[in-house]
Amino acid sequence: MAMGKIKDCSEVVSKLYEFLDGELTEERKLVIREHLDECSPCLEAFEFETELRAMVSSKSREICPEHLKNKIADLINVNERNPQSSSE
Amino acid sequence: MADQARFSEQALQYADPLYAAALRMTRNPADAEDLLQETYLKAYRAFGSFSEGTNLKAWLYRILTNTYINIYRAKKRRPEESDIEDVEDLYMYHRLSGLEAATAGRSAEEEVLDQFSDHEVKAAIEELPEQFRLAVLLSDVEGFSYKEIADILEIPLGTVMSRLHRGRKALQKSLVELGMRKALVWDQG
Repeated sequence: MAMGKIKDCSEVVSKLYEFLDGELTEERKLVIREHLDECSPCLEAFEFETELRAMVSSKSREICPEHLKNKIADLINVNERNPQSSSE
Repeated sequence: MADQARFSEQALQYADPLYAAALRMTRNPADAEDLLQETYLKAYRAFGSFSEGTNLKAWLYRILTNTYINIYRAKKRRPEESDIEDVEDLYMYHRLSGLEAATAGRSAEEEVLDQFSDHEVKAAIEELPEQFRLAVLLSDVEGFSYKEIADILEIPLGTVMSRLHRGRKALQKSLVELGMRKALVWDQG
């Protein structure tokens, strides 16, 4: 009840990132959700931002090459066997 | 105190996301390989001071980021202090709205997002100036919280938020420009 209803879409949009990032308090989140339930333009915009982020995240994945993983494992093994030589 | 003998089993599982971050930071595979090796070696040597039970992934990212900044800032002598043009909220969404979906049951915006290739998305991230790129990477790709990003980059929480805000909008702007070059979409009006 403390926050009351938000009428202003720009206020909701200004909280968009914090909402999607999970950085709002439960109370703040609820206020935003209530607005989204009643305001389809804001809801669509929020859904778009969610999809965009999922797209950016899924299309920027990489697999560390096997030879690099092996090099790193070797580097650690050498240091384990020979800790003295690792000091710079 | 963490046991060094257990370093490999705990830390190597993060090789893929760390490699992705190294690649976005350095923007080339040879440097990314060097950076990742240096990061793991430093992390191994410092593992004794890592308190077990705390966030290992964030700790590794902090070493990665510091190593990157030390090596590449040293090369360039000073940090990249570029600024970026500010654009309105919901920039990309507004550019896309009004498009008609070609396929029933899907939104036109979804269709546009599908048409960017992995290579294009990676290039768009890499175009961002360093300070914005790192924040966007840690949040949108790696899912770290504001607090974790503040710790990794050693900057205040408010700075994390403003870099994210502006970095994300700059990323949208570059995707929109790319979309226009590809003639995927939309008339600027």
